[in-house]
Amino acid sequence: MQILPLSSQLIYLCAAVMLLLSFAMIAQRRVLTLVNLLAMQGATLCVSTVLVAWSTGQHHLYYSAALTLALKVVGLPWILYRLIRRLDVRWETETLINIPTTMLIGIVLVIFCFGSAQPISELASTINRNTLGIALAVVMLAFMMMITRRKALTQVVGFLAMENGLFFAATSATYGMPMVVELGVALDVLVAMLILGIFFFQIREQFDSLDLHHLESLKEE
Amino acid sequence: MELLVLLGIPLLGGLLLGLVGSRPYAAELNVAVSLCTFAAGIALTLRVIAQGPMLVWDELFFIDPFNVFLVALTSLVGFTTSVFSRPYMRIEQHHGRLTAGRLRLYHAMFQLFMFTMLLALLTNNMGILWVAMEAATLTTVLLVSLYRTPASLEAAWKYFILCGVGIAQALFGTILLYFAAEKILGAGGNALLWTHLYEVKGQLEPTVLTLAFIFLLVGYGTKVGLAPLHNWLPDAHAEGPTPVSAVLSGLLLNVALYAVVRCKVLVEGSVKSDLAGHLLMGFGLLSVVLAAFFLWRQKDIKRLFAYSSIEHMGIMTFAFGMGGPVANFAALLHMTVHSLTKSAIFFAVGHATQKAGTQVMDDIRGLLALSPTVGWGLMLGSLAILGMPPFGVFASEFLVLTTAMKQQPWATPILLLALGVAFAAIFTRVQQMVFGEATLKRLPESPALLPVFTHLAIVLALGLYIPPYLAEWFRLAARLIG
Repeated sequence: MQILPLSSQLIYLCAAVMLLLSFAMIAQRRVLTLVNLLAMQGATLCVSTVLVAWSTGQHHLYYSAALTLALKVVGLPWILYRLIRRLDVRWETETLINIPTTMLIGIVLVIFCFGSAQPISELASTINRNTLGIALAVVMLAFMMMITRRKALTQVVGFLAMENGLFFAATSATYGMPMVVELGVALDVLVAMLILGIFFFQIREQFDSLDLHHLESLKEE
Repeated sequence: MELLVLLGIPLLGGLLLGLVGSRPYAAELNVAVSLCTFAAGIALTLRVIAQGPMLVWDELFFIDPFNVFLVALTSLVGFTTSVFSRPYMRIEQHHGRLTAGRLRLYHAMFQLFMFTMLLALLTNNMGILWVAMEAATLTTVLLVSLYRTPASLEAAWKYFILCGVGIAQALFGTILLYFAAEKILGAGGNALLWTHLYEVKGQLEPTVLTLAFIFLLVGYGTKVGLAPLHNWLPDAHAEGPTPVSAVLSGLLLNVALYAVVRCKVLVEGSVKSDLAGHLLMGFGLLSVVLAAFFLWRQKDIKRLFAYSSIEHMGIMTFAFGMGGPVANFAALLHMTVHSLTKSAIFFAVGHATQKAGTQVMDDIRGLLALSPTVGWGLMLGSLAILGMPPFGVFASEFLVLTTAMKQQPWATPILLLALGVAFAAIFTRVQQMVFGEATLKRLPESPALLPVFTHLAIVLALGLYIPPYLAEWFRLAARLIG
């Protein structure tokens, strides 16, 4: 078997760490720790982007990494910490399905993602093409987290983790999207967080809690 | 040049209205800004008619007959909605449902929403299209929760999460599209430009594009309100202020469908099968049938018409799925008449619910006795949307049905059945509300019904006679879509 160059090995290591962090988020009940995990995932994404940029000489990826650092490691977690402090949400989050079951479903999801990403990875010419399956798995795990959690804040963490997975997919399949698109996406995510911040205060003002079971009255009878 | 003005006016207008705040002339200013946008839209349209498709600014923007007619429609409905919202929002404020601060938020966000939609329509870059669609969701989330009632907060949350997740799928689809395009067009900005993609669509990798299309369809389809991803739509329409319901139904759904169709053109060129068309037909038909039966269970008047929007978006999606010049022509015509009629209905419904003080249909009676204009507006609007001749909806639905008989005969009975069910459901409800004994009270400010009748007049005119340049325009656009 041919030995991979060091940079590829490091990129695969980053991918593995991203996946592990996704599972850690699924298993985690405390909101504050969830935000920490999200920031760590952002940092891993940033490191892996820098590694890809360094080993392939794609300079625009450095900007993309800087954007990730500013937004996903510093900016968004900071907003989330502030929200947590101002709204005083430290409680344990309860899940709809218990955690061991969720982990098992998660494992099945990962296998499924690898299977469906396989034909596409083979077409890719990037050095880190095999990480596409992991990127898809990160997206799907975040998706599952949004489905199984009931707290508004946890759902938002899931949403941002999904965004991490999508950026990771973009770097692993194509060395990143065109810069103008990446900037636009980053702007959207930032605005989304600010709007959600306002929105949380509205929900709290109205219901005195951020639990989503208050938000289940609109149904077709 | 027109383009710069067209995009600049709503963007600057939004910022300006944020600054003007709650001064008494804010509503008039909102109307003025929308009027300028409309004028710029018309100017751009005339130029495209005269000169044909154009590419501007390093090919960042692309204007062809397909999107320019949507630009004209969007700026027209945006303008009439701002005319309608001036007295409507004043009455709401009078009823104590809104504060001055929230009105400021409404005006600023309304203009920014117009900006994002125009950007989504005009951009040539599939990535920017995604960014603009997401931004359109973001600007309307706070508008849906404008009343800050528990139900409106819930609706806005659902809207945000469902559309946010949906649109994340569309981003993945866009990444896959870029991945396929990069192999042929090379890395960099050009690989996501629609015009470039269109030229090389035959060479794009079919497996990747199939997967990309599924993600894009699920993503943008959530925003179109296609069943079974439609859950956010009735809630957001029922709980938000009525002008917002009108622009959501009349404009946002169209823009989302536009995004789906742009993607479909690329996929059909690459995958040499009808997969994309069949997916669209399936989703469309499911939406029509599901919405028609859900119509019977509605008690809230705005929810009723929200489900009717799902039904009509289903018809358009089905028609685009069938493809071919006639079906595409019908779908484009239906897009136009549906958005005009549906926004007119929402305007009439808005004033009716203000008079009744409730959105529950059983409590609204005798609109005609109290205000003939509101009553007739609602009645005529409903007849138009139900596809009664001589309104334009009849012409487009008739075209869809006859094409379906020729190309997809199995679908025709299903469509006819669903249309019949929808007709019965809406007609009985509206009839009870319009006729019968009046129980309603007067309003502090006279309602703006000019937009209602303007829209209905255009729809009627389109039903009787489609001007040759408009027909030519639709035909060109239909041929482009393939």
